[in-house]
Amino acid sequence: MSYLELQNLTKHFTKREGWIGSGTTTVKAVDDVSLRIEKGEILGLVGESGCGKSTLSRLVMQLLTPTSGSVVLEGERLADLPPNEIRKRRRDFQMIFQDPYASLNPRMTVFSTLSEAILTRKTELKSDRKGLEAAVSGLMERVGLDSRYIRKYPHEFSGGQRQRIAIARALGPEPKLILADEPVSALDVSIQSQILNLLRELRDELELTMIFISHDLSVVRYIADRIAVMDEGKIVEIGESDAVFDSPQSETTKLLLSAIPQIR
Amino acid sequence: MALLEVNDLRTYFHTREGVVKAVDGVSFKVEAGETVGIVGESGSGKSVTCYSLLQLIPQPPGRIEGGTAKFGDLDLLSLGESEIRKVRGKRIGLIFQDPMTSLNPYLKISTQLMEPLLIHGKISKKEALERAIAELDAVGIPEPEKRIHSYPHEFSGGMRQRVMIAMALITRPEILIADEPTTALDVTIQRQVLDLIKSRQEELGTAVIFITHDLAVVSEVCDQVNVMYAGRFVERADVKTLFSSPRHAYTRALQRSIPALQSRGGKLYTIPGLPPNLAQGIEGCAFAPRCPEHEGMPEHSAVRPALTELEPGHWVQDCPACLAVKLTA
Ligand SMILES: Nc1ncnc2c1ncn2[C@@H]1O[C@H](COP(=O)(O)OP(=O)(O)O)[C@@H](O)[C@H]1O
Ligand SMILES: Nc1ncnc2c1ncn2[C@@H]1O[C@H](COP(=O)(O)OP(=O)(O)O)[C@@H](O)[C@H]1O
Ligand SMILES: [Mg+2]
Ligand SMILES: [Mg+2]
Repeated sequence: MSYLELQNLTKHFTKREGWIGSGTTTVKAVDDVSLRIEKGEILGLVGESGCGKSTLSRLVMQLLTPTSGSVVLEGERLADLPPNEIRKRRRDFQMIFQDPYASLNPRMTVFSTLSEAILTRKTELKSDRKGLEAAVSGLMERVGLDSRYIRKYPHEFSGGQRQRIAIARALGPEPKLILADEPVSALDVSIQSQILNLLRELRDELELTMIFISHDLSVVRYIADRIAVMDEGKIVEIGESDAVFDSPQSETTKLLLSAIPQIR
Repeated sequence: MALLEVNDLRTYFHTREGVVKAVDGVSFKVEAGETVGIVGESGSGKSVTCYSLLQLIPQPPGRIEGGTAKFGDLDLLSLGESEIRKVRGKRIGLIFQDPMTSLNPYLKISTQLMEPLLIHGKISKKEALERAIAELDAVGIPEPEKRIHSYPHEFSGGMRQRVMIAMALITRPEILIADEPTTALDVTIQRQVLDLIKSRQEELGTAVIFITHDLAVVSEVCDQVNVMYAGRFVERADVKTLFSSPRHAYTRALQRSIPALQSRGGKLYTIPGLPPNLAQGIEGCAFAPRCPEHEGMPEHSAVRPALTELEPGHWVQDCPACLAVKLTA
């Protein structure tokens, strides 16, 4: 049994056409996607912008209801579970986004942001200020942030440090699955490697399962065990990272490879 | 004589935290038709360097403290507002990372493309419209005679970038400043935009100052490259030399950290730490705190090292440690 299985997952959006809006068009954002992810695996999901990567991750997160198809977690179809059970399972799923500045509350200190995340699981720390502070410091150090900065606000950190805060917040509820949606796309090249190393270390230590989304194959290649290539809502190629990178089969993969800037 | 000759440019910000020496003694030349790159991490002073040239620095807190920028017989840094306006957006064009900073969301593309022609030149509306359509066509916008009547939001991100390039080039500037024009784009769209900038540059003979944090992009578009760190250039060379024999530790480390050049499996190479806080004043070699150490390597320079010419055209900050250090793992 796979840890996570997507079965014929489909999401259509209906859009009004034109200004006056008599007709409608349907965007097949995710179109009959089936795949399996094993426990502890990092699956890379790549494709051009608009191909459906974020929609797919929101379907997995249960933030969107599929038009058809299902998400199966450890053998259970999530849609069949009662709402309170779904809520419990959802704690096991956390997301990391491209723009840590937009996804962090600018008026909350690192302490407030991280303690909120920790308390979703460790409710017993609510009345234990010392214990909570220790947990926050521990989390900060885990992602390579100096815990002396515990009282600082997001704007006081660099882009790479903010992404570390966002990663720490995602780890707070002790998730089993991390959905990272373009987590390094907004960072300097020199910082991207630091974040990629961190995510891989965390996977190894915490036995996380991860879906890592990017438009850049050269980035996905490092972190992912397998790569799924998406185009117009469909998975057009899936395989071991090296195989996809070294002998691409689909036109989409070839296009993505040829776009990577080369050193002359 | 070079088209543009910048000498000892210094731009500081006077903030509550202290004086931020964002650009602290930068010199470079741009020859007609060539592409000069400025590459470095966020906060190293790349944008401030270029905005200083067009007097686009908010003052206060910013101030150009010194230097010259010879453009023909003008010194851009000492021009009055009405004179710099004749250069900005006409003789020197600008494109940004986010096209919406130069496109007005409430105005049709036609109005925005025609405006610089109508302001700067003696030309009829009809002619301006024709030129604007031709310019959109040249940057690869399909059905330009129709699309020109659209608003910016009706274009996708990549298409908007094309419109911005059209707008910057329509006055046939001698220099185009491109400030991270592809940083926010998908790799596939980035590829298209880079190809477009290169081909328009060849057709028009425009010189380009290309700013990016991505060395791999530099190698695709630039002739000359300046590597910037903490408000100064640490190395300058033609693109071939910079990639085949980089000398400064920072250049070597940057190059090493390009994902596409690293082998799979194991840890990715990273530059430890962060660039220095420019508000705190830097003594000695600015890269010293992040530079690896090993037995037998010389000391870092105790004063801020000067840029010296190692070989013709290859300049590097003269810090013994940064020149000698071996990067490991
Ligand atoms: N809420 C929505 N309403 C309508 N269309 C949407 C919505 N979300 C996404 N889409 C459309 O679905 C497609 C896939 O989008 P997305 O999943 O965001 O792609 P990606 O993350 O790969 O860039 C796009 O055509 C997008 O415009
Ligand atoms: N308006 C401003 N006020 C204070 N500091 C500024 C201002 N604009 C830029 N700076 C500082 O100048 C330095 C260089 O910035 P910038 O040129 O934008 O860097 P880059 O383009 O290389 O990322 C940074 O340390 C930044 O914080
Ligand atoms: Mg997306
Ligand atoms: Mg900048």
